Amino acid sequence: MSDKHVIKRAKYKSSTKDPGVPGVLKLSIERFIFMPNDQKSGVKLNVEFKIVKGHKFTKEGSKQALLNLTQEQGGNYIFEFDSFTDRDVCREFVARAIAFYTEGGKAVPERTAPPVTNEQLSSIETECRIKLLQENSELQTLHKQFVFGGILTDDEFWATRKKLLDQNDSRRPKQRLALKNEMWSVKPLSDGQSNRVTFNLTPELIHQIFAEKPAVRQAYLKFVPHKMTDMEFWTKYSRAQYLHSTRNVVAAAAEAAEDEELAVFLKRDDMLANEARRKIRRVDPTVDIEADEGDDYTHLPDHGLVRDEAKDVLDSQYEPYRRSFSQDLNQHSAVVLQGRVVDVGLSDPRGVAEALTRKKQAELSDDKLNTNFEKELSNRISRSAELEDLRGPRDPAVAPLSIKDPKDYFDSQQANALKALGDTGSAAKPLISSASAGQAYDSLRNVIIDINEMGLTEPIMNQEVSLKVLNGLTQSISSTKFHLGNSSNDSILDMLPKVTKEELLHHWTSVQELLKHFWSSYPLTTKYLYNKVTRLKDAMSQVYPKLQEIKESVQSDFRHQVSLLVHPMLQALDAAFAHYDADVQRRSAKSGEKRNGFM
Amino acid sequence: MTPVSSKLYADDVSLLMVLIDTNPFFWNSAQSTLPFSKFLTHVLAFLNSILLLNQMNQVVVIAAGYNSCGYIFDSSDPQNQNKRAEDLLHKLEEFVDNDQELCREESVDGPGFSLLSGSLSMALCYIQRVFRTVPLHPQPRILCLHGSPDGPGQYVAIMNSIFSAQRSMVPIDSCVLGAQHSAFLQQASYITGGVYLKPQIFDGLFQYLSTVFATDLHSRCFLQLPKPAGVDFRASCFCHKNTIDMGYICSVCLSIFCKHQKKCSTCGSVFGQAQTQNSSTTPDRKMKMPVDG
Repeated sequence: MSDKHVIKRAKYKSSTKDPGVPGVLKLSIERFIFMPNDQKSGVKLNVEFKIVKGHKFTKEGSKQALLNLTQEQGGNYIFEFDSFTDRDVCREFVARAIAFYTEGGKAVPERTAPPVTNEQLSSIETECRIKLLQENSELQTLHKQFVFGGILTDDEFWATRKKLLDQNDSRRPKQRLALKNEMWSVKPLSDGQSNRVTFNLTPELIHQIFAEKPAVRQAYLKFVPHKMTDMEFWTKYSRAQYLHSTRNVVAAAAEAAEDEELAVFLKRDDMLANEARRKIRRVDPTVDIEADEGDDYTHLPDHGLVRDEAKDVLDSQYEPYRRSFSQDLNQHSAVVLQGRVVDVGLSDPRGVAEALTRKKQAELSDDKLNTNFEKELSNRISRSAELEDLRGPRDPAVAPLSIKDPKDYFDSQQANALKALGDTGSAAKPLISSASAGQAYDSLRNVIIDINEMGLTEPIMNQEVSLKVLNGLTQSISSTKFHLGNSSNDSILDMLPKVTKEELLHHWTSVQELLKHFWSSYPLTTKYLYNKVTRLKDAMSQVYPKLQEIKESVQSDFRHQVSLLVHPMLQALDAAFAHYDADVQRRSAKSGEKRNGFM
Repeated sequence: MTPVSSKLYADDVSLLMVLIDTNPFFWNSAQSTLPFSKFLTHVLAFLNSILLLNQMNQVVVIAAGYNSCGYIFDSSDPQNQNKRAEDLLHKLEEFVDNDQELCREESVDGPGFSLLSGSLSMALCYIQRVFRTVPLHPQPRILCLHGSPDGPGQYVAIMNSIFSAQRSMVPIDSCVLGAQHSAFLQQASYITGGVYLKPQIFDGLFQYLSTVFATDLHSRCFLQLPKPAGVDFRASCFCHKNTIDMGYICSVCLSIFCKHQKKCSTCGSVFGQAQTQNSSTTPDRKMKMPVDG
């Protein structure tokens, strides 16, 4: 994966039918080069990946191992490989190369075949990496610089970013299949000629029926297979549904009276009613339903749905045979929202029914355990519906704040504040002159009286002083204005030219990346780590002249600031080099006698 | 810095609250550098120029004495439309008399402290009254002409005033006339977005006042006014007076300590024991960095 070049034997074809020109295909990250074996043949290719938009390939196991590179301006290059393994190596390489040139918005190379598995890195992972690179341009530059510069291998680069990869993976969890939102209603298929009516039941539908209608589930467990067969059961059920769909309540009652089992389906579901009652008990009574006030559906009779209810008024004896559509609808929604709760194969209806029953029982027993939920509810009611006049006044426990000496606060801040103003402190001018109160007040009063009698002195001040003050002010204002770095709002970086700023930031990230790998390789326990550190060291030594270049490229005004920014980078690099040198020395001293490449 | 615009006359009409320091002990010690007569002359000229800048400008002068504070001038008062300076001086004289009567001490060492906290509170109260009674009000600001050194005992009161000024978006400008800088006023101006200035040449006080403090708040947006180079808000601990970057703060009275204490020395609160076990992760250790402005 980390190879910088891939060289494979391949045939270049102008079309899929073309027999092709045999030759050698050389892939590098920037371009691919095709050299025909026959030097005289004119089909030499040298194309940059920049203009390649996507790639397609044939499925493994198909007749030819083809790789088709599509150009941006249309037109394509087709290569046939000797084997699929060769093709896949090239395909992987091309995919990465294209990913580098398609930035951000452009589409990920399309894939027409499922990912092959005979490589150490799954295609999903590769795609995940490519996606990350496309989303994060900074990462992309780093990756380009180090991985394709041969300083780090791809695996090394990503090893430090496992978290990023994991995050990306977790973004798409395995989706669980939910229940169909469609409400099952038996649509009898009548052939029009006979009186026969056909119902279609699939395992999916049976699951849904069991989930929505506990009574049917129970009946199924009770009757099948002792009393009737599976087929008979569903026939009966369908018959009951059909009777409902005709909305003939009287007929339904009559049928139920004759057939005991049928009655189970036709009567209202007691289990459902129980559960509804149980749920109603658990509704939080403090819920504010004012928000629902505007949702008035009552003016829409039956919500405009097909299965509207019979409006006719019937005797109370038929009451159990009536079913409300809204009840069905609610039950259906509840089941759909709950989702698929059992993971039993749908093909076995009995298994499904049993699993659902077990689940329900578990829920019920859970509820029984949480009796304190109801206690909490009643607590909440008493809290929100508080009877204020029955309570005593609530006194907050307040202790008065007693501060012994507020001078401490002053002392803790004054020293620093004055230092910042450049004040040398009061020690320079000791103003210990005692004055009597009377004298002081008298002199003040005299001044006031004097002015009141004599008026103000004219002129107030002379123009030389005024000019001096103005100049002084202008100078101090302009000096603070251009005092660099004093204002936290504009950082030095923003004042630098954009190119320099970006370059500096880039160097920061790359130096950090290098150092991260450098330090994580120590202690050098294997030859592999040793090689890695050597590579990293070489890369780091190349950073020095670049930093120097930046320093020299900026104007003299900024040079100091830039060198301040560069300095910590150099320090960090120096530390790494010092460590490297010390390590090398230690090693050579240790392995003085057994210098047989055992590093 | 602009309060609700609909309540303003116009953006260039100001309500200027001027706090003048009338601590007799300070003026007695400052006779050689800036006599009170010269100060008054410059300030009166400045106040007149403010009133001339805009016919609707309003100036209120509050005297901050040694024992008391008082309003000594209000340009909106219809009685003193013609004899402004005379009226101000007359009131000031009365104020000084009152202040002397309240004085218990026979003599005071050094310049003593003036009641900056009291005068700030009075100015803020006046501004609040204007805010609440007049449907259209001018843009208020406070100018402290202060010479006495900071009174440590007023710390809490002054900081409260500063924060309430910040809340009602009233900038506090300060012109320090004493020998030393004032940490109070520096903070006040920094927090409220006002201007802090310590004139170097007292003979040209009027020039400083008219150049830096005369412009209304709207015009300030277009001007380069003196800015502080940076404010160091780091504190020193109450126990050893060392400047610290990180320390323990009493959660009751905000006292600062460099080491964990069993009991707050300022307010007497008893601290829990749990913190001592791993002091490095206690949330009470707060980092405070110097802020550049």
